[in-house]
Amino acid sequence: MQQRQHLDVALRELNLNVVKMGSAVQSALRTAMEALERADLATAEAVVDGDEVVNRLQREIEAQCIRLIATQQPVATDLRQIVAGLHIATDLERMGDNAVDIAKTVLRMGADIGQTWAGISHMAGRIDKMLSTALNAYVEQDQQLARELAAEDDEVDHAYRRLLEELLRSVIADPNDAPAMMSQSFIARHLERIGDHVTNIGESVIYIVSGERSDLN
Amino acid sequence: MGKSISTRGVCAWYGAQLTLKGIDMSIDANQVTAIIGPSGCGKSTFIRCLNRLHETVSGARVEGSIRVGDVDIREIDPVDVRRMVGMVFQKPNPFPTLSIYDNVALGLRLGGIRAKSELAQRVEHSLRLAALWDEVKDRLYAPATALSGGQQQRLCIARALAVEPDVLLMDEPASALDPVSTHRIEELVEALKGTFTVVIVTHNMQQAARIADKTAFFLNGELVEFGETTQVFTTPSDKRTEDYITGRFG
Repeated sequence: MQQRQHLDVALRELNLNVVKMGSAVQSALRTAMEALERADLATAEAVVDGDEVVNRLQREIEAQCIRLIATQQPVATDLRQIVAGLHIATDLERMGDNAVDIAKTVLRMGADIGQTWAGISHMAGRIDKMLSTALNAYVEQDQQLARELAAEDDEVDHAYRRLLEELLRSVIADPNDAPAMMSQSFIARHLERIGDHVTNIGESVIYIVSGERSDLN
Repeated sequence: MGKSISTRGVCAWYGAQLTLKGIDMSIDANQVTAIIGPSGCGKSTFIRCLNRLHETVSGARVEGSIRVGDVDIREIDPVDVRRMVGMVFQKPNPFPTLSIYDNVALGLRLGGIRAKSELAQRVEHSLRLAALWDEVKDRLYAPATALSGGQQQRLCIARALAVEPDVLLMDEPASALDPVSTHRIEELVEALKGTFTVVIVTHNMQQAARIADKTAFFLNGELVEFGETTQVFTTPSDKRTEDYITGRFG
């Protein structure tokens, strides 16, 4: 039973670190969007610098999971929680990279990036909400909540396609806008990718709770 | 080739105490089936029913049907049953006064084999099957007790295999051995399943996860769950299995 208590404590620490990392990524995404909307280079720089925190948390989670597998020989829900922890940390790290990519686009374009398209702000808002849903589903081990992410992601994908059409029409109308429109489309692409990673987190939650391999994307 | 085992409604008693409560199980031929569960759950009693050893205990009895292949083992002589269903115990139990060779040859001699050349051939074959031949071929007439614990256990496996059973039962065969000897036994089990059906009782769940194709979880004399080992250890379907294998009780 002593061994079990030790494992329970270690799994709680793992959960806390995953939530901490999720929160760091959410904060990086919000800050990157702020930098974009204000064309604020200093804020964009802060997102790039802050990525080290996300990367460090991923390494910590990975080390925790490897240690638990090596020393506790976990099985059943314990094993699924640890394997899912590794996957979620990988997804969060890539989402952090996507936030950095948005910030780097702001740094590259500066004020030339122009007005942020409403469609991008709309996508970012939805994705922020999706990430909150995914983290809540993880904390509550709520697979129903996790399954809701599939519909949310469909909405983000539709919004992405609509936005690309709008950007294309704009470039056709005024080819001088092409560089800014290209940048906006890249940013939209990064947001769409973040949405896909969020659905992966939902799939990991379903795996922890039921052992089922699902496809929410 | 090994044979399948089918049990239907197997109940076992020690005196008035019911220790197995209607076990229905279909064990595939040429596979390793692990039986896990806390102490007193009935797992050893169950495998002792499979070769009619349980009923040798005073006051013990068994009901239900147990078939090995097409044979109902309760309808044939217990000596014949034990030739079909060999058993290896927790503690190596070679005959201490006999040589390595004679430990393996004894069962063959009792079975009526007298020709020296055939005996020698079958002893060598059994020792090779048990992965012991290379270690003992130069000292076959040394006492069995001169061997290490792990070697003695492999000698007992060779002894069980010599009579060419269809099924090999193993009751915690590695629990008294060091990690290296345990590893050798596990490798051996893996190799033997091509020829025999292996049923192994183990307290070591990692061992079950490593070597068994299927795993059965027993609790309080009942079969709670029986399935593919990977499924039992990653997504058990019964909460009691989950609680046991994750160390929440037992």
